[in-house]
Amino acid sequence: MPQLDITTFSPQIIWLFITFIILYVLMAKVALPRIGNILEQRQARIDDNLNAAQNLRNEATADAEAYDKSLADAREQARTAIYEATQEMSDESARRHEELGSRLSGEIKAAEERISEAKEAAVSGIREAAESVASVATERLIGVVPGDDAVQLAIAAALEASGKGTAK
Amino acid sequence: MAEAHNPLEQFVIQTWIPIKIGDFDASFTNSSAFMLLAVIAAIALMVFAVRPRAGVPGRWQLLAELSYQFIAKMVSDNIGKEGRPYFPFVFSIFMFVLFGNLIGMIPYTFTFTSHIAVTLAMALVIFFMVTIIAFIKHGFHFFSFFLPAGVPIVLAPLMVAIEVISYFTRPFSLSVRLFANMMAGHTLLKVIGGFVVPLGIFGVVPIAGLVGVMGLEFLIAFLQAYIFTILTCIYINDAIHMH
Repeated sequence: MPQLDITTFSPQIIWLFITFIILYVLMAKVALPRIGNILEQRQARIDDNLNAAQNLRNEATADAEAYDKSLADAREQARTAIYEATQEMSDESARRHEELGSRLSGEIKAAEERISEAKEAAVSGIREAAESVASVATERLIGVVPGDDAVQLAIAAALEASGKGTAK
Repeated sequence: MAEAHNPLEQFVIQTWIPIKIGDFDASFTNSSAFMLLAVIAAIALMVFAVRPRAGVPGRWQLLAELSYQFIAKMVSDNIGKEGRPYFPFVFSIFMFVLFGNLIGMIPYTFTFTSHIAVTLAMALVIFFMVTIIAFIKHGFHFFSFFLPAGVPIVLAPLMVAIEVISYFTRPFSLSVRLFANMMAGHTLLKVIGGFVVPLGIFGVVPIAGLVGVMGLEFLIAFLQAYIFTILTCIYINDAIHMH
């Protein structure tokens, strides 16, 4: 078996050490730090990109939220505006209603006053007419012209008795 | 190798350039040539293929990065954070053995890992390195390694004997495993290959067998490099953390 030929051991072992040391030095000093760096940098870049993506997503979410909020605000505003307008209109209509009512009641009062004035005037006209009718009737019936005072008194008494006397 | 019918012929060391340092034979042999080739291939992959510092790696760079991550993970899984300083050493071991095994799979090449002198030298270096690390880290407390905690005192002599034997057989099991696997595989290929021509038309049968064994041998080439490396990791871990 060639493996057990002792004379070949020393050249094999010496070249093993030479070549392995070359490999070890190049790996330890050049290749491995370089690849380690590359992997680290790539990882850092990937992490950066992921962070940036996360940030952008957060921003987008915030924007969407702001949009929703402004939409809700606008909706709320519109609702208040409608409510205020309705309130104003109903206030206005109530106010006008009241105004109209008071004006109407004023007019009614005035009309009533006019009516009562007219009534009084009518009543006093009636009295005068009654007085003149009474004095004329008296003159025809008994040929005596009654005094104004007596006629007035009699009419007043008659009116009083019939319950239709006025405050006057 | 044309007229070499001895399946062990392929393992013969041939001196290419005789070098003598005093009485010491340091000749450049076919073994040395393939060691150099393996180292050049490993450097080509790990140094020159990684030139472009692109964000997206090319094929060869990806292979280099995967090798890096493979061994880095092995070191951190088996040794932990303290294993960081030994990473280049473990990585070099892996690359050296792997390229030695793989280049040996090419016909007419020489497989330097099929020589006990090489594997035993590597295993002994690892063994002494690990023992020295253990002494530096733990001083004389190192000897507690041979008596696991919690063992009944009656069993202590037996346990110490077993642990001492298992500790000192480490370099031999480590080296013989690699050398025997590589040698057996190559011998088997040669033996089966020897049947092809004498069988004439029926030679296709051993050829089919050869194809299968060849695939198996590629697996073994990788697997043995992996085993050699992971055992190195485990020994370093033992030295750093004891039991």
